[in-house]
Amino acid sequence: MSEAVTVEPFASVLRRHGLELTRGETTTLQVNVGRLCNQACRHCHLEAGPGRPEVMGPETMDRVVRFAARAGFSAVDVTGGAPELVPGILDLLAALRPHTPRLILRSNLTALRERGPEFWGRLRDLGVVIVTSFPSVSRAQTDAQRGAGVWEQSLDMLRRLNELGYGVEGTGLELDLVSNPAGAFLPPDQCRAEERFRRDLARRWGIAFSHLYTFANVPLGRYRCWLEESGNLAGYLEKLAQAFNPATVGGLMCRTQLSVAWDGVLYDCDFHLAAGLPLGGRPRHVSECEGPPPAGTPVAVADHCYACTAGSGFT
Amino acid sequence: MDTYYDPEDLAKFPEAGKDAPEITQKFFEYYQAVFAEGELSEREKALIALAVAHAVQCPYCIDAYTRASLEKGATPGEMAEAVHVAVAIRGGASLVHGVQMQNVVEKISL
Repeated sequence: MSEAVTVEPFASVLRRHGLELTRGETTTLQVNVGRLCNQACRHCHLEAGPGRPEVMGPETMDRVVRFAARAGFSAVDVTGGAPELVPGILDLLAALRPHTPRLILRSNLTALRERGPEFWGRLRDLGVVIVTSFPSVSRAQTDAQRGAGVWEQSLDMLRRLNELGYGVEGTGLELDLVSNPAGAFLPPDQCRAEERFRRDLARRWGIAFSHLYTFANVPLGRYRCWLEESGNLAGYLEKLAQAFNPATVGGLMCRTQLSVAWDGVLYDCDFHLAAGLPLGGRPRHVSECEGPPPAGTPVAVADHCYACTAGSGFT
Repeated sequence: MDTYYDPEDLAKFPEAGKDAPEITQKFFEYYQAVFAEGELSEREKALIALAVAHAVQCPYCIDAYTRASLEKGATPGEMAEAVHVAVAIRGGASLVHGVQMQNVVEKISL
């Protein structure tokens, strides 16, 4: 039986605080190249996994590159799924490279490890920033969230990236970690967690990285199913709502970012993509847009937005 | 009421001293100050609280500081070690009283 969930609607809490969620200048294009992944993480809002057929094809990749060239984003952030597994991903990255000063690839480390040294070398040569999932310094928490054996493989891949210069001071090769909680609780303070991860990874495994980001899990997809099945949904939603911090609204990523899905449809963010809430309320293809929406355009809101406004926020 | 302990009661903690509000207010101010980041981190303090919660066997505190420890970034391994610290102190406290037993035995024995 599903739990009774009663939190104040997110739109209502914004009104109560006299806030509106509108776009600033859109500086980042996030490109979700598909749900295909070699892992089936229990917190995944997109329910990505092995065998998922949704991947971006070459024609849509071409449209995305043209859009990036027209709009000139400060950063282009390629995500998934596991983008490393999408056919033509290196061609996409190479085509995007001239159009943005900051090109990011979100990696789950085990998929990256499968691709081998030639692939890693291409990323390095393209100067791609690698942002990778690394939930915890605990093997048990990591494997519980991402699957048995992921911890060991992730450490091995981090070492290899360090050998290539990624995460090593002075190389200019940025390696960032992302930590999502392994359960129905909020993440720790980002600064404190970064200190802890840096100390433990260096001392125990000799691993270096550039930055750590801590993000709350968004109650969508596979994670929401787990919350429901485990009887944690109502408590987690209440926790997110209680942790609403009005000071986060001005810096939310959806104010400066545009997300394009594997089929070319645009969204305010990757979570709205998962929830099926397209930009402006109707599906628009990336090829239809000359540039990003102007500053002042309203951003769609939904109750999962509480995950980005809890505590110090998701910026 | 079927049981002395109800998980729902944890949320009523702030109301526990409502009939003595001024003293209660002081307590909660003190409580908040104790758990703020200081020479010890919030994570370390949450782990100490978790260990003490087990020593005093307070189910509300165990619930609250299990969650707090996780949210301050403690790992299940660290939390288990904290509980073992409480176990060791409780067990050690019993064992060290064996010295008193030995003293009495020696005093009254031939």
